[in-house]
Amino acid sequence: MSAPPADDVVLSVRDLRVRYGDREILHGISFDVHKGETLVILGGSGSGKSTLLRTLVGLQRPSAGEVWIRGKDIAKLSEEDLDDTRKRMGLSFQGGALFGSMTVGENVALPLHEHTELEESTIQIIMRLKLEQVGLAGFESYMPSQLSGGMKKRAAVARAMAMDPEILFFDEPSAGLDPIIAAGIDNLILKLQKAFRMTIIVVTHELASAFLIADRMLLVNKGNIEAQGTKDEMQNSKHPRVRQFLDRIAEPEVSEEMDYLQMLTGEAPPRAL
Amino acid sequence: MALLEAVGRNTIGGLAYVGGLARLSGRAAYFTLIAPFRGHAVRWGRAMHQAMAVGVEALPILSVITFFMGLILALQGAYELRKFGALQFVASAVAVSMTRELGPLMTAVVVIGRSGSAFAAEIGTMKVTEEIDALTTMALNPVNFLVTPKFLAMILMLPCLTTWADFMGVMGGSVFGVAVANFTVGGYIQATLDALLIRDIVTGLIKSVMFGAVITAVGCYEGFETGAGAEQVGRSTTAAVVMSIFLVVIVDLIFTALFYVLGR
Repeated sequence: MSAPPADDVVLSVRDLRVRYGDREILHGISFDVHKGETLVILGGSGSGKSTLLRTLVGLQRPSAGEVWIRGKDIAKLSEEDLDDTRKRMGLSFQGGALFGSMTVGENVALPLHEHTELEESTIQIIMRLKLEQVGLAGFESYMPSQLSGGMKKRAAVARAMAMDPEILFFDEPSAGLDPIIAAGIDNLILKLQKAFRMTIIVVTHELASAFLIADRMLLVNKGNIEAQGTKDEMQNSKHPRVRQFLDRIAEPEVSEEMDYLQMLTGEAPPRAL
Repeated sequence: MALLEAVGRNTIGGLAYVGGLARLSGRAAYFTLIAPFRGHAVRWGRAMHQAMAVGVEALPILSVITFFMGLILALQGAYELRKFGALQFVASAVAVSMTRELGPLMTAVVVIGRSGSAFAAEIGTMKVTEEIDALTTMALNPVNFLVTPKFLAMILMLPCLTTWADFMGVMGGSVFGVAVANFTVGGYIQATLDALLIRDIVTGLIKSVMFGAVITAVGCYEGFETGAGAEQVGRSTTAAVVMSIFLVVIVDLIFTALFYVLGR
């Protein structure tokens, strides 16, 4: 076991491997996240970026490697000890994942009710404050089903921030939103950066949004980190995968005629040709 | 060989299923019985809310069904009894079959239809919309948060509902008794009380507690096992109903046999 990371490193991932059954999804990923920075994890569908996020927040156990958060390797914590770390993190889910049986206000207040001894009146004030910060003042008595997609995401951010987390995670913040609403979410993330100096980790495949909010970027492809660097470094990168992703070039189609034939017939390739 | 293989695979699958139910029940029991002594509060508020949904709101439909069930029992019993000119035994026939068997069983069936399916649908939908993951990332254990209140509500409410079902069944039987078998209402109730032993009622109530545990475990387990996608929620709900009815009958058989042996 290696030593815990330096003080200004909030989250440190070392040689992280995750497998589902026989299939290894992440093949040894390492990176650090510094206090107050915004890291964007870029990657296409099936790249393993969602699995990476699930592992960072403790929803998925790594099969090998270390994930250091707040001086603890969460890969080795029990479920109960993991809960202590989880209380210091917030995750805004892709679809919001607001509890449909509760009002927006109850959703935001839930972690406070469950994990703190605060008075009800104090909880109500914090809840209104958080909703105000995401631009949803006055919506506390709405049910999640009465909100639009963008509002749900904002409410989810308010809930993720309820416990004043040290790290805030976003899963695909602009997925499924129109460009104007998505830009609003980006602005919200920028605002949280500036106003609260929060450490933010965003998983996305939206380039425009990524270049707007990121301090640093990571490109994940097929379970490996292909490239990492600042916005400018990524923009000027010559790395073929980075260029392919940034320039939106599709994967080359199956070109070999024999391969194509095989794909159609589903037969094993002829051995010697 | 293929047959043996299928039998083996199904047996293993069945054992794995029961193991899953046992694990879920065990964790729910831990949060209900042991965790309160370790500083975790029992969610009485949520349990009360569930008890209303499971118990109180089931009363109208349960009353109607068991009232008619009692009446049907009286009619069916009388069909045989009148051959022997023994119509006066209709009260005891209804009383014993209601309290020992049909009260708990009909209650379980109504609760499976109303609540077992709802548990699977609720938890299944939460799984699909990532709400279960959201609970976990908020350091709220999904079993403690969702299953424990349902368990508490079910094992408290099923005996209550069963008692009411027994009563309504007797009332249904009394309609026949008064209309056809020359009973007065008071006389019919007296005949019922004379026929019943405390044991009849208690064995029924014990069964109903077991049914409550089974229905909750299956409903919640199917909910948590829901795969991705909305159509999976429908599959879970159906599976919860079918599997609950099956397991309730099995548990019923085991306990009835047990009480038969013990009651001699």
